[in-house]
Amino acid sequence: MLNKLKMFWRMLRRLSGDDAYERYLQHHAEHHSVEVPLSKEVFFKQWQDEKWNGVKRCC
Amino acid sequence: MNNLLKNSIWVLIAALGAAAVGGIALNRGEHINTLWFITAALCIYAIAYRFYAAWIAATVLAVDETRATPAERLDNGRDFVPTNKWIVFGHHFAAIAGPGPLVGPTLAVQFGYLPGTLWILFGAVLGGCVQDMVTLFLSTRRDAKSLGQMARDELGALGGTAALIGTFAIMIILIAVLGLVVVNAMKHSPWATATVSATIPIAMIVGLYMRSFRPGQVLEASALGVVLLLLAVMGGGWIDHNPTLRVWFDHEGLTLAWWVMAYGFAAAILPVWLLLAPRDYLSTYVKLGTITLLAVAIIMLQPTVKMPALTQFIDGTGPIFGGKLFPFVFITIACGAISGFHSLIASGTTPKLLSNERDIRMIGYGGMLLESFVAIMAMMAATVLDPGVFFAINSPAGVVGKEAVDAVAKISSWGFPVTVDQMQLLANQMGEATLFARTGGAPSLAVGMASIFGSAFGESMLALWYHFAIMFEAIFILTTLDAGTRVGRFMLQDMLGNIWPKLGETSWMPSVVLTSGLVVAGWGYFLYIGVIDPNGGVNILWPLFGIANQMLAAIALCVATGILVKSGKLKYAWVTGVPLAWLVTITSTAAWEKIASDNIRIGFFSAAKDLAGKLAAGMLPPDKAAIAPQLIFNQQLDGWLTLFFVALLWLIVFDMLRVCSRYLAGKPVLPLAEAPHCPSQLIEDWVRD
Repeated sequence: MLNKLKMFWRMLRRLSGDDAYERYLQHHAEHHSVEVPLSKEVFFKQWQDEKWNGVKRCC
Repeated sequence: MNNLLKNSIWVLIAALGAAAVGGIALNRGEHINTLWFITAALCIYAIAYRFYAAWIAATVLAVDETRATPAERLDNGRDFVPTNKWIVFGHHFAAIAGPGPLVGPTLAVQFGYLPGTLWILFGAVLGGCVQDMVTLFLSTRRDAKSLGQMARDELGALGGTAALIGTFAIMIILIAVLGLVVVNAMKHSPWATATVSATIPIAMIVGLYMRSFRPGQVLEASALGVVLLLLAVMGGGWIDHNPTLRVWFDHEGLTLAWWVMAYGFAAAILPVWLLLAPRDYLSTYVKLGTITLLAVAIIMLQPTVKMPALTQFIDGTGPIFGGKLFPFVFITIACGAISGFHSLIASGTTPKLLSNERDIRMIGYGGMLLESFVAIMAMMAATVLDPGVFFAINSPAGVVGKEAVDAVAKISSWGFPVTVDQMQLLANQMGEATLFARTGGAPSLAVGMASIFGSAFGESMLALWYHFAIMFEAIFILTTLDAGTRVGRFMLQDMLGNIWPKLGETSWMPSVVLTSGLVVAGWGYFLYIGVIDPNGGVNILWPLFGIANQMLAAIALCVATGILVKSGKLKYAWVTGVPLAWLVTITSTAAWEKIASDNIRIGFFSAAKDLAGKLAAGMLPPDKAAIAPQLIFNQQLDGWLTLFFVALLWLIVFDMLRVCSRYLAGKPVLPLAEAPHCPSQLIEDWVRD
């Protein structure tokens, strides 16, 4: 039960983008570990702007 | 044994589905339970998904689960990210399901429950879902390219340009008609106006919270926003009961239309984080929550459908919009059956997240099935109302008369009895002064939802449920409105950038203001005319939107059919070719009637001519004579616009046929733009997600 709740919570965070920064850090550590990662504030700003560039919502 | 069991389960589902569809279709005169509709829908969806979609995926498209998707190959941790299929499904569904599947079916109920229901079910499984799935597949095979780009690469420059123009046009018409729906829901309703206005500062609070106060804490901020939204629904009721405050929010349609335009302009030039992004979070949660709640309530309550299977309005004399059953039911219900707009999400956006081609069926086909189910529920919510009440809410004053007594007399004379007292009681229950002539679908859907929620979760809160439903529709109509205005602005900047590069800079303020102003002026014009038109602009705008949306779907299906033929799969080209032929038929027939019909409620040019004649003869009362020149101009403009859409449609169909026949004749065509095969390295690893 607890595991299912945890799974649900993880899904919800993933779906809403709540964990976007953590995923970015992970990707960064795996692929570009030499450079310094962006701060959470800067990353979130870029992430949000990118997310809203183009047709993202329908009728 | 196991196989036999499986087969008999599917035979059972097929039999149950056939019985339910038969029950719905053959029932005459008796009230029918909504459970029949839910059963029919679920059985048809299950069979279509299990057999047709699986066959298309395996045989027609030949999805290859060993092939790396763009999300894997181009993984950059930001927009290209291989993602768990349920998450992708969630994103995809949230992106495709807007207010369209709620409004269209509600309007189409004027023909009775049957035509709309059948079109939603069969249109979706044979048309809409196929379009979404095939587009998703093709874009996945082409580095997540957009529909316009694929059209250009595979068919030629003409196809690409047509897709671009089609998208821009549909955006303008869509925003105008959705704006009109909100205005009609808010006019002279202080409660609705106050609640809808409150969503703007609430979105800003949420935006500031996740930008500055607690950066990136999306869920925290959204939870706060949802609580504030619920408070705003209650707060609206308090304002409505306060004699001084309610005056502030009690406005004519035209005043509200100006405010909606001002809002659209502001939303297009303000930074996304302040208004657009947070509003979208809120609308997504409210949307998913309310749709789930509605499904639970309908299944729990199983209300009875009171609308007849067919009404006399299939002859084209309907009060909400003019035009016969064929082709207008297919134009009125676009989203929910087949929506061209989806092809813009299914190409470009969703493929960037897809981690395996195997999931294309579930996300593309399954996502659209769910939207179709939303449309069925909207249909249910409208058909459980007394037909008289449904027509009283949705018939414009220009058709049934301005006075309540005239309106009920007229509607009752159609065989749908309704009384002034009944309407007044209903309006009181819903906390409104009147519910007459609120054309557009939102208020009747809200009344339907409120009565379903009311019976399921407590009658005492009908007014709260009604305004919750209005808020629910308004919040994502406004999301579509500001997201659409912004996209329109980018597209316009892109086009103008070809003429003067400086205008193409998305951060150069003068260009931003100019292009945003132009886009708002574009839809604002149609909204303005829609509001001043005494016959209710929905009669004009919704068919125009339907034609534009179906045209976009036809473009997507042209691209798909062209690629299937070019891939040497001519024998399977009917999978997209048949829905394409059907769309071309209905769009052309509808467009032809809108252009050439002598009936002034259908034909744009004949309506303009009729009004011009009346104006010249001095037969119009002074208030109508004052606006007549604008209405005449608008009818002519709409006529030319329809002609333009249908010409564009035929142009791209012929272009596709040209490419196909060249290919079949062995002549050179543009090569397939498919990205080369690259084996997938991803191991199915749930921890990753």
